[in-house]
Amino acid sequence: MPDVNSDLMTPISTTPLVEISGLCKWYGKFSALFDINLNVSRGEKVVVCGPSGSGKSTMIRCINQLEEHQAGRILVDGKEVKPGMKNIEDVRRDIGMVFQSFNLFPHMTVVDNLTIGPIRNKGISKSDATETAMHFLERVHISEQATKYPPQLSGGQQQRVAIARALCLKPKIMLFDEPTSALDPETIAGVLDVMIELADGGMTMICVTHEMGFARKVADRVVFMDHGEIVEIADPKSFFNNPQTDRSQLFLSQLLGH
Amino acid sequence: MDRNSPPVAAKGRFTLLDYLLFGIVIAFVFYAVYRVNDVLVYQWNWERVLGFLVKYDEESQSWVSNLLLQGLATTLRLAIWATLFATLVGVVMGYWRTCQNLTLRIIARCYVELIRNMPPVVFIFIFYFFVSSQIFPAMGIDSIDTQGEFAQSEVFYFLFGNPALFSNFLAGMICLALFEGAYITEIVRAGIQSTPTGQWEAARAIGLSHFNALRDVVIPQAIRKILPPLAGQFITLIKDSAIISLISIQELTFIATEVAASTTRVFETWILVGLMYFGLCYSFAVLFAYLEKRAKRSDR
Repeated sequence: MPDVNSDLMTPISTTPLVEISGLCKWYGKFSALFDINLNVSRGEKVVVCGPSGSGKSTMIRCINQLEEHQAGRILVDGKEVKPGMKNIEDVRRDIGMVFQSFNLFPHMTVVDNLTIGPIRNKGISKSDATETAMHFLERVHISEQATKYPPQLSGGQQQRVAIARALCLKPKIMLFDEPTSALDPETIAGVLDVMIELADGGMTMICVTHEMGFARKVADRVVFMDHGEIVEIADPKSFFNNPQTDRSQLFLSQLLGH
Repeated sequence: MDRNSPPVAAKGRFTLLDYLLFGIVIAFVFYAVYRVNDVLVYQWNWERVLGFLVKYDEESQSWVSNLLLQGLATTLRLAIWATLFATLVGVVMGYWRTCQNLTLRIIARCYVELIRNMPPVVFIFIFYFFVSSQIFPAMGIDSIDTQGEFAQSEVFYFLFGNPALFSNFLAGMICLALFEGAYITEIVRAGIQSTPTGQWEAARAIGLSHFNALRDVVIPQAIRKILPPLAGQFITLIKDSAIISLISIQELTFIATEVAASTTRVFETWILVGLMYFGLCYSFAVLFAYLEKRAKRSDR
């Protein structure tokens, strides 16, 4: 990408949009995350990868408190996000999230899936919300499906609807939790195209994904996690060509080698 | 092979084996009837019992409903009111069973376990002899004016039956509602919990509050799933209402006991009453099956 920062390891932007420091999380005695430190600047695209069970999803789910952390600090746009906080809804509205299994509401039409959030949270009128919804459905190339129900769509179409649903809240950052892992191979490209367009439009993104082509093309930085820790942070070129740690070398050889 | 004419499935058609089985069943029935007629010296007399269904009123020169039909009406009233209350109790308790607050969870759990692990008859005796003889008078329900204008109106009679028996009716209805409510609680809980966690997460992720997530996302999906078991529970409630006869609520079973005693036509009375219950419950079953089918069609 031409607009990538020259100094990738230390982004220059003044205030990071997301600041994670000393983040820890346990499930019972199992340490899922330990001492995670990561700053994400405005407009930055971060790809998180690592073996399954390495804590990638748990980390990004802590950012909008779908998982509650037990130690450390998370700041989103300068505001601290912590367990049990009041008005967590206000924070979540600024954070779009796309899930592996889409999680569209099956009893609502596509357009209702998109408008329910803005109508309930922001008190936006139904007609305004519908207008916004149609705009984003066009952006994910699926406006002709607006009146259908999610189960009538293919996986790739559902995931694009899910992306549009998140965008309708005009979030400051988008979190992607393995968005293409549950898709048939032929529908993955459509979803990745939408994500690339979104990245080109300047959206701040944290993507947990194993799509290495996407990471090369879009990511400003690649974060490699293993056993609940961040093992390596590097720009995609040096990460893929010259991984620094044994664990990342092993992971890449397994992922690319077959 | 023609691609446009698939082979027809054989399911749903009578085969030789079906005819054979039918023949055996019919033969057995005839044999049983023949033997019973032979041995049993019983003079069937339907006329007297049917007279308790409808009778010819000399004064108004017309056919009017008699005790058994009135009992059926009471059963129906009882069932409908009890269903409404049981649903109310069940929805609240079912929600409490799943909510974050520990106290509410304990209350709902105790209610369900207490009622499900006690025979209905025992529960009804406890409830009736304690609650309705102690709490109702304390609440002033016994002293309701049965001669008042509303109590004497057609509307009151249509809704609650004879005003003189109102507190009795209320006690029976609440007994039944609390009893069935425990089962509805479990149906509602299962419905709420059957909604995948991903739905909750997606709802929370787009900034919906807990209440909105419940109302817009979880409950609409839960309702579709629980309607069939709820319909089944409603029919069970109609049948269970027979137990209420033990505390002298004048519903169908109570009246039937009296009719059987006074006419001494025990077989006829109970066969007739059995058919009345069957007719009532089966028509509701057909109605619910129809509604369910329609709901599915309008689904998408």
